[in-house]
Amino acid sequence: MTQSQSSPTAVAASAPQPDSAPKPTTAPQATKTGAFLEVRNLSVKFPTDDGVVAAVNGMDFTLERGQTLGIVGESGSGKSVTSQALMGLLKGTSAQVTGEAIFQGRDLVTLPESGMRRLRGRNIGMIFQDPLSALHPFYTVGHQIAEAYLVHNKATKKQARAAAVDMLGRVGIPSPDMRFDEYPHHFSGGMRQRAMIAMALICEPELLIADEPTTALDVTVQAQILDLMSELQQETNSALILITHDLGVVAEVCDNVLVMYGGQCVESGPVDEIFYDTRHPYTLGLLKSMPTLTTKSGRLNPIPGQPPSLLALPQGCIFSARCEHAALAGDGVCASQRPQFTSEDGHGTRCHLGLPQILSIRNSR
Amino acid sequence: MIRFILRRTGSLFLLLVAVSFITFTLFQFGPADPASAACGQECTPERVQEARVALGMDQPFLVQYVEYMRGLFSSRLIGAPGAESLCQWPCLGKSFQTNENVSDIIARSLPYTVSMAIGALVLWTLSGVGLGLLAALRKGSATDKFIVGAASVGVSLPIPVTGLFLLLVFVNQFHLLPFTTNEINSPFGPQGPWAWVLNYLLPWIALAVLFSASYIRVTRTNMIETFGEDFIRTARAKGLAPRTVTFKHGVRAGITPVVTMLGMDIGLLLGGAVLTEQIFSVPGLGFTAVRAAVSGDLPVTMAITMLAAFFVIVANVVVDLAYAAIDPRVRLQ
Repeated sequence: MTQSQSSPTAVAASAPQPDSAPKPTTAPQATKTGAFLEVRNLSVKFPTDDGVVAAVNGMDFTLERGQTLGIVGESGSGKSVTSQALMGLLKGTSAQVTGEAIFQGRDLVTLPESGMRRLRGRNIGMIFQDPLSALHPFYTVGHQIAEAYLVHNKATKKQARAAAVDMLGRVGIPSPDMRFDEYPHHFSGGMRQRAMIAMALICEPELLIADEPTTALDVTVQAQILDLMSELQQETNSALILITHDLGVVAEVCDNVLVMYGGQCVESGPVDEIFYDTRHPYTLGLLKSMPTLTTKSGRLNPIPGQPPSLLALPQGCIFSARCEHAALAGDGVCASQRPQFTSEDGHGTRCHLGLPQILSIRNSR
Repeated sequence: MIRFILRRTGSLFLLLVAVSFITFTLFQFGPADPASAACGQECTPERVQEARVALGMDQPFLVQYVEYMRGLFSSRLIGAPGAESLCQWPCLGKSFQTNENVSDIIARSLPYTVSMAIGALVLWTLSGVGLGLLAALRKGSATDKFIVGAASVGVSLPIPVTGLFLLLVFVNQFHLLPFTTNEINSPFGPQGPWAWVLNYLLPWIALAVLFSASYIRVTRTNMIETFGEDFIRTARAKGLAPRTVTFKHGVRAGITPVVTMLGMDIGLLLGGAVLTEQIFSVPGLGFTAVRAAVSGDLPVTMAITMLAAFFVIVANVVVDLAYAAIDPRVRLQ
């Protein structure tokens, strides 16, 4: 594998490839030598009785091993759908997935279900939001973890049990050998999420997708789970896609951030730049709406308005209807023309406003 | 577990007492007059009175009831003073009509009912759950719509319609199957299991059409709901084979309402399928119960009512046990 070319839309294009031997089943089929995961123009549409719901519209990003990409956005911005498309969980549904998602040389979008199934769990692991509903209530926690091991490894039940017990220990569950035989309803919320992580990581996948892994948890437990995920990620040198609406979580663990709005990426770049050199009015709004301990008024600062209907996206900038700075661009261009995604040194944005205008907006507050 | 079964057995007994008492009471205040019926064509008031004494109906209502219930625990004497005959334990009384021991009548009728229930049960469970699952897996497709449509038709077809239609086509017109005979009531009889199957096939189908329709609908609805659950997505995300996801993770979680239905229906059906037994002339419990009720044969009516209640209650206990076996969150206390 060679170092990837810096494409204008790349979020994390310049990190060197770690020198780890890929698993035999994941050897690239020599279609591309490029990024570990490269997503290009990924779109997902759901035909419904009311029309076509455009949930994801032309996503581009790349990801390297050992890195963490945070995807942020409000509810319905297409975060989870993006992750499910990458995981191939939309195959066999009415969803229409287009574009490319090249993972270690194979396109996850066109890969048939049978091939995708071999990647799931083994090469791509996934952690879901609500660990209680994501675990099967009728099987023991250990059984469910061992099951994930048994699908992808030629092992006896005894070996699978040993692996699962070991994994439960690694995710910080005390007396894992006893806990193996307990049911999800015997576990606390944080423990369940630890068990989910154990299940997702037992085959040591190179890519881990975590869809709001801490949303259903207490704040103190959240921090523990995030630490655990970062720790295990470093141990296995895997790539992590962290989907969240919590900017605090992003700041804590992510290397790069991708901000989604209305199924589009509106801004992406290294985490520090997103926070301290924000270049999109929506990201500015998100940051401004975060409550801080120092705010004097005691009021929240929400972004006024509603997210656009994914059934009928506006012709112009998707954010224009809620953007308080749309007038600055002049000529009603924000309402009539969809801005292009432009990027510079890995920090990209989709806005008609030029950098000087953005800077003046930032400085005016 | 043991405590659960003991407690349920206790409530089973109380329920049986309640059911028997209600049946007994209803009978007392109903229009039936077994004494005049037993006395026959040429009847004088004296002979009616004799018959009444012979049947034990000269006693006060409560005495009759207690005397009847005593038979469940010991043998007792039945008949007019001086002409009593012994009724062996468990004594359910003697038929007012034939003077036969009711327990013998039950023992004779039950195999027919069981024969009918078992086959129909297997047929409708397989077709109902199978088609319901298929419809759920192919939700929205032409297959799904066809199955749901067929289920709607099936559930609205009463037994007299399907039963008579089947008889007309398979027996009268094309002579593909024999008319049901009383000689076969078990697959272990001299004619062998195949004759048993052929003999009961039509009533099985008639019952299965009616029952499987609701099983299709319940299975389909529950499976669609279950397939949308997060844990199914997790199972897929693990890379499990579709079959494992569908059956091990999906069906086990979505099948519990069907188990409940099954328990109820087995219980009900073992108490006698009145209409089906009438139409196919199967002398099972339902058939016998109708005849007994019409002719005012109290002991037979009582026995079959209590037996039916017994089956329903036992089926419920079995359902509860099955629930605990399927769902570890259910703990029997």
